[in-house]
Amino acid sequence: MASAPTSKDVQSVSGITVRLAGDSGDGMQLLGTQLTNTSALAGNDVATFPDFPAEIRAPRGTRAGVSGFQVQFASEEIFTPGDTLDALVVMNPAAMVTNLDDLRKGGILIANEDGFNDKEFKLAKVEANPLDATVVQDTYRVIQVPMTRLTRDAVAEFDLGTKLADRCKNFFAMGLVYWLFGRSLDPTLRFINNKFGRKPEVAAANEAALRAGWAFGETTEAFGESYQVDAANLKAGTYRNIMGNQALAWGLIAASKLSEKNLFYGTYPITPASDILHELTKYKNFGVRTFQAEDEIAAVCATIGAAFGGSMSVTASSGPGIALKAEGMGLGMILELPMIVINVQRGGPSTGLPTKTEQSDLLQAMYGRNGESPLPILAPQSPADCFNVAIEAWRIATQCMVPVMILSDGYIANGSEPWRIPTMDSLPKIKIHHPEGTDPDEPFMPYARDEYLARPWAIPGTPGLMHRVGGLEKEDKTGNVSYDPMNHQHMTDTRAAKVSRIAEQIPAQEVYGEATGDVLVVSWGGTYGACQTAVRRCQEAGHQVSHAHVRYMNPLPANLGELLRGFRKVLVPELNTGQLRMLLRSIYLVDCIGINKVQGKPFTVTELVGSIESHVATASRPTAESNAG
Amino acid sequence: MSLPVLKPADFASDQDVRWCPGCGDYSILAQMKKVLPDLGVPREKTVFISGIGCSSRFPYYMNTYGMHSIHGRAPTFATGLKSTRPDLMVWVITGDGDALSIGGNHFIHALRRNLDINIVLFNNRIYGLTKGQYSPTSVEGQVTKSTPMGSIDHPVSPLSLALAAEATFVARSMDAHVKHLGATLKRAAQHKGASLVEVYQNCNVFNDGAMAYAQEKKQRPENVIELEHGKPLVYANGKKGIRLVGTHLESVSTDDVPVDDLLIHDEKDSNPSIHMMLSRMSYPHMPEPIGVLRAVDNVATYDDQINQQVTDATAQKGDGDLDALFTSGDTWEVS
Repeated sequence: MASAPTSKDVQSVSGITVRLAGDSGDGMQLLGTQLTNTSALAGNDVATFPDFPAEIRAPRGTRAGVSGFQVQFASEEIFTPGDTLDALVVMNPAAMVTNLDDLRKGGILIANEDGFNDKEFKLAKVEANPLDATVVQDTYRVIQVPMTRLTRDAVAEFDLGTKLADRCKNFFAMGLVYWLFGRSLDPTLRFINNKFGRKPEVAAANEAALRAGWAFGETTEAFGESYQVDAANLKAGTYRNIMGNQALAWGLIAASKLSEKNLFYGTYPITPASDILHELTKYKNFGVRTFQAEDEIAAVCATIGAAFGGSMSVTASSGPGIALKAEGMGLGMILELPMIVINVQRGGPSTGLPTKTEQSDLLQAMYGRNGESPLPILAPQSPADCFNVAIEAWRIATQCMVPVMILSDGYIANGSEPWRIPTMDSLPKIKIHHPEGTDPDEPFMPYARDEYLARPWAIPGTPGLMHRVGGLEKEDKTGNVSYDPMNHQHMTDTRAAKVSRIAEQIPAQEVYGEATGDVLVVSWGGTYGACQTAVRRCQEAGHQVSHAHVRYMNPLPANLGELLRGFRKVLVPELNTGQLRMLLRSIYLVDCIGINKVQGKPFTVTELVGSIESHVATASRPTAESNAG
Repeated sequence: MSLPVLKPADFASDQDVRWCPGCGDYSILAQMKKVLPDLGVPREKTVFISGIGCSSRFPYYMNTYGMHSIHGRAPTFATGLKSTRPDLMVWVITGDGDALSIGGNHFIHALRRNLDINIVLFNNRIYGLTKGQYSPTSVEGQVTKSTPMGSIDHPVSPLSLALAAEATFVARSMDAHVKHLGATLKRAAQHKGASLVEVYQNCNVFNDGAMAYAQEKKQRPENVIELEHGKPLVYANGKKGIRLVGTHLESVSTDDVPVDDLLIHDEKDSNPSIHMMLSRMSYPHMPEPIGVLRAVDNVATYDDQINQQVTDATAQKGDGDLDALFTSGDTWEVS
C-alpha cells in the first residue's frame, strides 16, 4: 500500500534540483539513487551527480567525510543535474557548511537537528550552531526535523537497538523528501523488500521509518504545501535509469553479442573505473571472462594476448593506470590487433583527485605513447551514450584492426539518466572475418591490407597461417622484422593513414543551431549537458550561438574545420586547461577561445552562460581585423 | 585419420637465426624443435610468447604462432591468451633480466595462478642485448660495464622465487647438457599447470664461462646433482650424497653415510619446503641441482577455472539474454 495522496496544497513546478548531504556512513548515495529511480519511474527526465570523498570512511562528522548526491528531475528535457539547489537535505553541520553555498535564496534547507550538537560543531569546525545564524534563517526556508529521535520512535517496536535503529534515519529522510515532492513510496518499498527480505525486522523498520518521514511531512506545520513535477515529454519507448559505467559494461556485452565474440575484460582496480569490472563479472553466462590482473600493465598485456587469440578484448583504467598501460597500447597499435582501452578520467596529475571529474587526459590519449602511434578515440557525451560508444568502438576496432580508446569521465561514469532501451534486433551486427588456411604455395601475408588498410585477423589454431608478430618494426606484407628505412617510413605512414581515414566512415559533425554565425561552442565528453543547456539559454535570449559537441576525438569529423571557420568566435569549454582547444588550433589553424575549469567539479550552466554572453557581445560586430581584410 | 608426423625441421621458420656464434641459445632452440614433434600438438596450436632480450627473439625462429612482446611482460600476454584459448599450448620464452628484473611481478603471478603455460627462463646472468650490464642473477662482486667495482646486488634464485610462488612444476637444466635439456622441456610441456624451467645458458660474449663449474663435463660431477624422483640424492659419481639434518641440507661422503640415510627426492610433495632447500644449494658450497625439483599434479589451473565459471554460470542461469537484462528491474513506458 503506497502513500495516500496529500491533503495539503500541491504546487506544480517544471523541475526540482535536490541535494542530499551527510556523513559518508549516512546512506546518502542510497537515498539519492532511490529518489532518482522513483522520479524516473514517475516519467520525469532525471540527471544525477553523486559526489563522495576518496576516503572510504573519512573521520565521521568532518567536512572531509561529507558525501552528497544531487538529482534534478523535471517535466522538460534536461541535460544536467542542475546548478543551484531548490532543496538541500543535511544530516550534520559539516554537510550544511560545505553545501549551503549552492542552495538558492529562498530554497528549502531541511536539517536533521539531532545531528546539530556541540560534538558535531567541533568535528565540523564551526563555532556555533550554523542553523541559528540570522543570515541563514533570513535567506532560506529552514526546516529543522529531529530525524534521529523520530526514527527511533518509529522503529521502537522492532527492538533493533540504538545503533541499528539510527541507521534507518536515511529512510526517514527519504520519506520526508518523497512527501515534499509528491513521490510514490512504492519503488522504495519494493527495494526494501528485495534488499532486506532476509532480515524481516530490518525491512520492517526501514519501511516504518520511510512511512514516518512521509507522515511527518503531511502533519508538520512546517510545510504548508508540497510540489508536483509532471512527467516529461520524452520520445516514446521503454525506459530505465542507467549509470555511465553500467551503460559501458552493457554496451561492451552487446558489442560482443553483435560480433559473435566472447568478451575478455582485463583490468586492475582503480577509481572511477572499477564499477565496470564489478558489473561485467556478474555476466559470465553471457560469455564474459573478467581478469583482475596484478597491475595495470598486466591488464593491458593480457588484453592484447586475448585479442591475439581472437576474443573481443577490453581493458579499462583511469589516468594513472593509462600512463602505465602506454607501452602496451603502443604494442597493440603496432601489432594492429583490435581491442578497446577505456579511460574513465579523473582529476590529475598523478593520483590527483580520484573521485572527482576532469577531462585532462585528452592529450595523453592522443600523444601519450612513444613513437608515432595514433589511435582512434571516442568520447561518450552522457551516461546513456556510453552504451552506443562501446559498440561503435568495437566496430571501428575490428574494421580497422586497431586499439580504440574511449574517454569517459567520473561525472558520466557515476551519473545517471533515463535510457531508452533498444532491442538487440534493432542494433546492426558487427561482421568479423578471420582468414582460413590459404594455398600452401601462397605464403600467408599477415600485414597485407584491405580497403580500410586493415590487416587480416588470423588467429592461432588456424592451420597454414602460422605467423609471428612483435613490437619491432615489421616489413610490409610479410610482417618479418625489418630495419629498412623506407619500409619504416611506409609502415608509419600506413598506420597513421589507417586511423585518419576513419574520418570517411564516421558521421559528419552535427551542429545545434545555425551552421554559421557569431559564436560556436565546441565541447566534448561529459560537458555535453552543461554546454547544451547553456547554448539553449543563450539562444532563447536571442543570441546567435550554436553548439557542436564532438564525440569522435580522433580522427575528428571531416567537416569540423569548415564548421569552425563559419563562425566569428569559437569557444571551447573544457574541464582542463585547454587540450581540445590546442588540437583545434593546431589542426585547423582557427583561433579558439578556451573556457576552462579544473576544480574537480562539472561546469554549471550559469557560469557557461556568463562566459558565452561575454563573448557574444564582441562577436556580433565585425572586428577591426576583419574590416581591414 | 592420422596426424602427419612432424620433424624438427618442420618447426623452423624461414627467418635467419641471428644470435652470436657460439651462443647457448642455439642449443635450446635445437632441443625445443626436437621435443615438439613428440608432444603431438599441431604447429598451429602452438604459441611462443617472449619478452625482450636475446632469448626473446626465439619466437621468430619457430614456425608456429608467436609474439615478441614487451620487456618483462610475456607471462601476461600468455595469461590473456591461455585464459581465452585453453586449447592452445602456450610457451613463454624469457631471460634473467626479462623475467626477474623488469618482469618480476608477472613471473610471480603467472606461477601462483597456475596457468597451464610453460615458462623457459634462459639464465646467462648478464644483460646481453644491451651489451653487458649485470643482471638480477649476476653473482656478487661481478665486474660488468655497469659495475666496474663489482656488483653489490644479492642475486635472486629463479627456482626459489618460483617455489615461493608455489609453482606446481619447477625444474632446471642447461644448454650444454642437451639430452637432459630435451627431457626436461618435454616434462614441462606434459605438466598440467604452470611450469618453470631455468636453463643455464652461456653468453660467450659478455659472460663466458660464468657457469663453467656446472657446464663443463669435467667439473660437472662435483658441482651438479641430478635429481630423480624417488631416488637418493647422490653426486660426484656416487661418492657424495645429500643428507637432511634438522632444517638444513649437508653434503656427506657415501663412504661415511649409508645411502639409506640420504635424502630421497620427492618431487610430488605438496609442501614446497624441501624443494626450497634444494633450490638454495649453490656453488661453491654445495652442488647445484638440475632436473625436476617439484612436479605437483592435480592442482586446478587458472585457465580451466575461468572457463569453468562461465560454464557453471550458463548452466545455472541459462545463456545470457541481453533484451531480458536491459528490461530487468524498474522500467517505464513513454507513449
